[in-house]
Amino acid sequence: MSAVAPEPANTAPAPEPAQTSRAKSGPGWLWAPMALAALFLYLPIAVLVVMSFNASSSPFSWGGASLRWYGELVNDAKILDSLRNTLVVAVVATAIATVLGTTLAVGLARYTRSTALAAFSTAPAILPDLVLGIGLLVLFSLLSVSLGLVPVTVAHSVFGMAFVTAIVRARLNQVDPSLEEASRDLGAGAVSTFFRVTVPGIAPAILAGALLTFTLSIDEFVIAFFTNGPDTPTLPITIYSMVRFGVTPEINALATVLLLVSLVVVLAVARIARRTSPQEPR
Amino acid sequence: MAPRTARRTGGAATRGPRGERLALLAPGLLYLALFVGVPVLLVLATTVLRRGRFGGLVFEPTLDNFSRALQPVYVGVLLDSLVIAGLATLLAALIGYPVAHGIARLPQRWRTTALILVVLPFWTNFLIRTYAWIVLLNSQGLVNDALVGIGLLDSPLTLLYTPGAVVVGLFYAYLPLMVLPVYASVVRLDPELPEAAANLGAGRVRTFFDVTLPLTLPGLLTGVIFVFVPSLGNFVVPELLGGGKTVMVGNLVRDQFLKARDWPFGSVLAGAVIVLLVVLFALQAAAARRVSTTGRA
Amino acid sequence: MTQTRPSLTRSPRARARRRGAMVVAALTLPALAACGGGGSGAAEPAELDPEADLSSQSLVVSNWADYMPENLAETFKADVGPSMTVTNHATNEEIVAKLTAGSNAGVDVAFVSGQFAQALAEQGLLEPIHDDLVPNLDQLSPEATQLAYDEGNEYSVPYTWGTTGICYRSDLVDPAPTSWDDILEPAPEHAGKVTMLGTERWLMLPAQKALGFSANTQDEAEMQQVKDKLVAAKDSLLAYDDTTFYERLISGEAVMTEAWDGWCNYGTAENPDIKFVVPSEGSDLWADTMVVLKSSENKEAAHAFVNYVLEPENHAWAVENILYNVPNAAAMDQVPAEMIEQFDTLQVTPEQLMEGESLVDLGEAAPLYTQMATEITASS
Repeated sequence: MSAVAPEPANTAPAPEPAQTSRAKSGPGWLWAPMALAALFLYLPIAVLVVMSFNASSSPFSWGGASLRWYGELVNDAKILDSLRNTLVVAVVATAIATVLGTTLAVGLARYTRSTALAAFSTAPAILPDLVLGIGLLVLFSLLSVSLGLVPVTVAHSVFGMAFVTAIVRARLNQVDPSLEEASRDLGAGAVSTFFRVTVPGIAPAILAGALLTFTLSIDEFVIAFFTNGPDTPTLPITIYSMVRFGVTPEINALATVLLLVSLVVVLAVARIARRTSPQEPR
Repeated sequence: MAPRTARRTGGAATRGPRGERLALLAPGLLYLALFVGVPVLLVLATTVLRRGRFGGLVFEPTLDNFSRALQPVYVGVLLDSLVIAGLATLLAALIGYPVAHGIARLPQRWRTTALILVVLPFWTNFLIRTYAWIVLLNSQGLVNDALVGIGLLDSPLTLLYTPGAVVVGLFYAYLPLMVLPVYASVVRLDPELPEAAANLGAGRVRTFFDVTLPLTLPGLLTGVIFVFVPSLGNFVVPELLGGGKTVMVGNLVRDQFLKARDWPFGSVLAGAVIVLLVVLFALQAAAARRVSTTGRA
Repeated sequence: MTQTRPSLTRSPRARARRRGAMVVAALTLPALAACGGGGSGAAEPAELDPEADLSSQSLVVSNWADYMPENLAETFKADVGPSMTVTNHATNEEIVAKLTAGSNAGVDVAFVSGQFAQALAEQGLLEPIHDDLVPNLDQLSPEATQLAYDEGNEYSVPYTWGTTGICYRSDLVDPAPTSWDDILEPAPEHAGKVTMLGTERWLMLPAQKALGFSANTQDEAEMQQVKDKLVAAKDSLLAYDDTTFYERLISGEAVMTEAWDGWCNYGTAENPDIKFVVPSEGSDLWADTMVVLKSSENKEAAHAFVNYVLEPENHAWAVENILYNVPNAAAMDQVPAEMIEQFDTLQVTPEQLMEGESLVDLGEAAPLYTQMATEITASS
């Protein structure tokens, strides 16, 4: 997935426009492309899910239903190790990205009018992952830092930070700074104003940025491909070598599990979002 | 860079806005400078160096890497990449644009569900989704079985390991990135405008081209960028679905860095990608500006 | 590790992965040592103490993943004394870059392909092998001391060796292939069911041999002919495939594939109709080797490790699990007879292997190969 990929995810929750007259008219003939897109998007996934229960080791023939590949999956040390690596990277990268991204966003929104700095802060999200990957490879090689989880974590925190900054900054632009000014006028220090007034106001945006960073990091392949070492593969890298080295039914089981996890997460987030946005009259 | 002087500004800002500003801005900006600015500059600087015998860099300036990149084979790969990424983007626009409109016309409570359905495949691993197409397009795969089964074909067709398979793979991978920005621009569209156009006697086609399309163009252009950029640099899809017979610029960059260990030449190729994208961004910005000015007019 | 049955069906893939990494890495990449004239960069051999207390030494060994027994560190410590850490490299290029980076990489013993060992030796980075500390060198086939990248095994000790040929479905291809032209210009019924290796040196190999050229040719005119032939061959090609060609044979998606000998066996294990043949025009000879780094501070233990790997029961592991030949007659003797019986490539004698042309480094011609490979794979 490219570093630019996630951007639209921000736009996704945005739509809450008023009912339009068109909504009542329904999609009409647009059902056709919608159905086509649905088939197109889900046929491959459906095949993977069905095949994950295939007892046969050939992906092209049905050998009866079985949980065999799920069994192999949970006993596959390589996958479990790389899953652990992936989680470690994602957690640390998210922590770094959240702290640095939030402070940077506050700085950009409240302490400078420089559009150049703001543009610079979004650079990692716009830069092709390929370029960031090779750039970091060159940097870490010149610094004699051996490739591995540290460079990967740094790389993920960098692009995660760009998203945190963008989301939090957008939120700050909606929050009235007079609250913070009032806090300062009443004698609160900069630090306590930051933590007691600014942060609570932007907490949902911080959380959204952190979640986005976490998900992106877990799925990130290209930059990790260039900056990781052979001893500590992350999950996408392990999947890559599985795919490259042949048609393993285990992949189908893994795909199904990943799909299920993301479905649960998406539904949970949607539910939380609905509960925490009281202005939505429903 | 002297936070102390902030105190002198005195008054309420005893702790000095400058100090605060520095404390808030510096860590993040330094981090970005070190891990984004420096790497990009290194890639650019590398383009004029020589490759060491075992990879690495020799600090002797040269322009050889650029003249090498201008050889027909590499220019050809760049053009192929543009065509393939362009076709994938075009497909995504042709399908994604009407789909976004369709979703916008769904009843409110179905829209979120539809959007989640569009995005959900995106959250499953990119490599696994690509792998699914190997299973589907294989000569013994589902698509061929179906085509032979319903009598459209006598024998399986070679679908996999063709440039077409690469286009489909990229289109599939990034379709959601087209739908979302277009959707965002469609729902922002004031429904009265097309209605007004219709009331003024414009036909549906005319209304679409004169009103709807120009007003949703910024979303469409954003989608184009979201799909085109990752498609252009992609090296996984050509490798897995192209059977090594279709080479894109991403494959060349990857090979120069990890196999040939010719960083300078790989950097030149990556630089070409950057230049192409900068041109694309400029075009998009210009188009968006035109739209917004004409929209106001 | 069960000795009787090669746990072949269990996971050819794990093995495949290992070889994939290595091969891809190994030869792909160019530009190592200019051949010839080598060796002179090497420094004087260190003074080593045959009586050194090995258990006080500790080793770092860098190898491709899954290319030696998983528990080798444990058994080595138990049997010989030194503690040992294994790190993995994915490619020859990667480990060579690490070893030549200037600072001490901390690696004592590395596994690299022959021509890369040659390059490292020319850089003076390798400790000459102290024959007296590796008594098991006697186990090596005499042929294994005549490999072009390091004649006499001065700086390297061969671990595995093999060749490249055509892996095919004998039940679907009749008559059996005998020439590289059988995959370069397949009969109409086989068109679109043929794969070739995509890694530079092996991409070129079939055309080089079919045209009667050296696999190491640096002649631009010859390479132009090689390129034209390969571009023409692309039309009838299913894919370039370094890693899954044997699976395509099993499924019938392909009927003939250019293949490394050991890898063809992963297919044979699943379907005995899958056979391997070295075309009449000849082929290559590759070797993966062990080298001791000059910078090692544990050279006695490093030699003891090399010696330990050459123990027949340890060395036989590579045959039983990777299905490669090893240049060690005593180790080959340990391999169960029915396994040798099952896989044609394991019946090959060292003399037969020596008929292959040893791949040497391309030196100045490396960029030419890279560019031609790009021109071939990117042609349409």
